[in-house]
Amino acid sequence: MHGWYNGLTISGKRVLWVWGFLFLPVIFYSAIRFYPTFNAFYLSFQDWNLLGSRQWVGIDNYAKLFADPIFWKVFANTFIYLFIGTPVSLLLSFVIAYYLDQVRFLHGLIRALYFLPFLTTAVAMAWVWRWFYQPVPVGVFNNVMASFGMVQQPFLASTTRALPAVLAPAIWAGLGFQIIIFMAGLRAIPTSYYEAARIDGVSTWTILWEITLPLLKPTLVFLVVFSSIGFLRIFDHVFNMTTNDPGGPLNSTKPLVLLIYDTAFNAFDMGYAAAQTVILFTVLLVVSLIQLRIMRDR
Amino acid sequence: MISIVKRNLAGTAFGLALAMSSVSAKAVEIEYWQYFFEARIKAMTTLIENFEKANPDITVKMTHFPYADYRTKVAAAIPAGQGPDVVQLFYGWLNDYINAELIQPLPTDVFPAAEIEKKFFPMVSAMKRGDAYYALPTAVRSLALFYNTSLFDEAGISGPPATLSELVKTAKKLTKKDGAGNITQVGITMGMTAQDHHWFREVLVRQFGGDPYLDDYKTVNYNTEAGRAALDFYTGLISEHGVSQIGFMDEPQAAFKAGRAGMHIDGSFRIGALDRTRGLKWAVAELPASDEGVKSNYSSYWVNAVTTKAKGEKHDAAVKFIKYVTSPEAMQIWLDTVGELPADPAAALTDANKMHDKYGAFIRGLGYANTTIFANESGQRQVLIDTVNRIVLEDATTADALAEAAETEQKILDEYYK
Repeated sequence: MHGWYNGLTISGKRVLWVWGFLFLPVIFYSAIRFYPTFNAFYLSFQDWNLLGSRQWVGIDNYAKLFADPIFWKVFANTFIYLFIGTPVSLLLSFVIAYYLDQVRFLHGLIRALYFLPFLTTAVAMAWVWRWFYQPVPVGVFNNVMASFGMVQQPFLASTTRALPAVLAPAIWAGLGFQIIIFMAGLRAIPTSYYEAARIDGVSTWTILWEITLPLLKPTLVFLVVFSSIGFLRIFDHVFNMTTNDPGGPLNSTKPLVLLIYDTAFNAFDMGYAAAQTVILFTVLLVVSLIQLRIMRDR
Repeated sequence: MISIVKRNLAGTAFGLALAMSSVSAKAVEIEYWQYFFEARIKAMTTLIENFEKANPDITVKMTHFPYADYRTKVAAAIPAGQGPDVVQLFYGWLNDYINAELIQPLPTDVFPAAEIEKKFFPMVSAMKRGDAYYALPTAVRSLALFYNTSLFDEAGISGPPATLSELVKTAKKLTKKDGAGNITQVGITMGMTAQDHHWFREVLVRQFGGDPYLDDYKTVNYNTEAGRAALDFYTGLISEHGVSQIGFMDEPQAAFKAGRAGMHIDGSFRIGALDRTRGLKWAVAELPASDEGVKSNYSSYWVNAVTTKAKGEKHDAAVKFIKYVTSPEAMQIWLDTVGELPADPAAALTDANKMHDKYGAFIRGLGYANTTIFANESGQRQVLIDTVNRIVLEDATTADALAEAAETEQKILDEYYK
C-alpha cells in the first residue's frame, strides 16, 4: 500500500509533506483571497447593479474612469494623504521614540499614553475630533479661539483645510504603533557601536546620522511601506468625520476607498467600483514595490 | 451556514410537531425581511402576532439586517432559493427588483388595481406595472416644520409662519449672535444633507412656479427661472438674511434637539427622538406655503412585496400577510409605533389623526405631496449638497451652480435609464 511512497526520494517525500501541510492554507487563500480578487478584475469589465445578471462591457468602466474629473480629484487626494501623512507621522514618531528611549522616569506610563490612541476605535476618535472642529457654540477649538477674540476657523467646512483637518487625527492614531516599532528598532542597535563612537569623541548629530539611522533601515522600510499602505487606504477617519457629505465638501477630502464604497453601495454600480478597486490595487502594488526597491538599495 | 443549521433545527422541530399532532392542519412558515430600525421591528412584531392569531395555520419568521447590508443580502438570497417570501423595499428600488426578477406581481384578484387606486394615496400608483401592482406600503412619510415653542415665546412670536415671507421674518427674530457676529442660535436649520434637498426639489421649486422634473422624473427641469428663484431664496437665508448656517452644530436635527434652532424641517420619523428629548418644547406645523398660497410637500415610503421564491401555499400565505399589513388596522399600529403615516387616506385622514398635535401637520401635508422617483437618491442628494457648497464656500453664482447641478444630475439619470 505504501509502495509508491517508499519509492520516493527523501526530497520527494519532503515535498509531499510540505504540500500536505500547506494544503489547507492554500485552499483557504485560493477561496477566500485569490478567487474574489480575480473575480473583481473580471467584474471590472462588466456592468452589474448587484441584482440581476452581469453584462460584458469591455473597457467601458476604465474609459469612464479616466474621463471622470471626480476620479482624478480623488486620486490626487489619495496621494496628498500619502505624501503628507507618511513623512509627518514618521518624523513625529521617530523624534518621540528617540527621546522617549532616553527617558527613564515614568517611561512605561508615557509610552502607554502614546500607544493609547492606537487602541481606540477609529470611529469613536473620528467623531470626537469632528466635534472638536465644529464652529461656535459646539467646537472646542473655535470656542477657545473665540474666547481670545480670534476669528473662527472653518476646519471641516472648507475645501482647502478639511483634508489636513481629517488627516491630523489619522496621523495621531497611528503614532503609538510607529513609536513602539521605532523603539524596538533603536533597542536592537548594539550599544558597543555607541560606546566606540563616544570614545572617538563623535558628536551626537553624527552618531544619529552615521550609526542610528543606517542601522534603523529595516525598521524604516517596514514603517514606510506599512504607513504608506495605511494612508493610501484611508477610509474610516474620512467617512466618520464627514458622514453627512461623505468625502466633502465638494470632494475635497474624498479618498479612493470612499469613492469605491460610494460607487458600489450607493450607486450600486459594481463594475465601475471594481474598476476603481483595480486601480487602487495597482497603485498599492507599485508604491510598495518602488519603496522596497529604493529603501533596500545600498 | 448558521441559517442552514437554523433551517435544519426548524425543520426537525416542525417534523416533531407534525408527528405529535397529526390531527392539526399543516402549518406554513413564511419569512419576512426588513432592515433594522427598532420601532419598525417592534411594530412588525405586533403585526405578526395579530396575523398569526387570525391565521393559526401560518407562521411568520422575521429577519432583519443592518441597513447597509440589506440589499446585498436580499440580492444574494432570493436567486439561491433562500431568504424571504415577503420583502420590504424602498419605493425607489422597485425597477431594480423587478428587472432582477426578485419580486412577483401581487395577484389581481386579491389586489384589484381599481380598489388600490381608490384606497391608497395617489403616489402609490408608482408601484403599478401593466395592470398589476408589485408592492404596497403600510405607511408613508411627509415633511413638516418643527418649531421650538420656548424660543417662540421668548421672541414674542405668536405662531408658526404660514408663508415663506413670514418664515424669513420669524427666522430673523429667532437668530442670535455673539459679540463677534458668530451665530449661536439659528432661526431655521439648513442642510441639503438632511431633508432640505426634498424641500428644495419638490416644494420650493414648485412654489416659485417650476416643475422640478419632466418625463416621469427622467429629465431634470429645475435649471429655470423658477429653480434659480427657489435656490436664491434658499441660500438667501444665509447670505441675505443671516438666519442660518450650514453645518451649525454639526447636523440640523442636533441643533434643534439642543434647543439652538427656532425652526427645523424634518420627517415624521423624527417625532420619536424629539419626544425623548427632555426639556425641549416643540410643536409641528405644515410647511409654509408660497406667498401666493402654493402648497407642496414631499413624500416617500417603503413597500412590501412577494418574492419570486414564494410558490404554492407559501405564495398564498405571503399574499394574505401583505393583505393584512396593508390593512387600516395595521396602518394605525404602524402610526402609533413607528410614527409613519397610514398609506390609506381613509385610515390617515380621520379627524383624530388630522387634528393630532404631532402627526396632524404631516397628514394634512400628504394631501398635496409629490414623490420624487430617484435613480440614486444619495447621488442626487449629493448634487444639491455640492451646489450649495459651491455657492457658500466658493462664491459661485446661483445660475452657474444650478446649471452645473442640472447637468450632473441629468448624467446620473441618463446612466440609470440607458
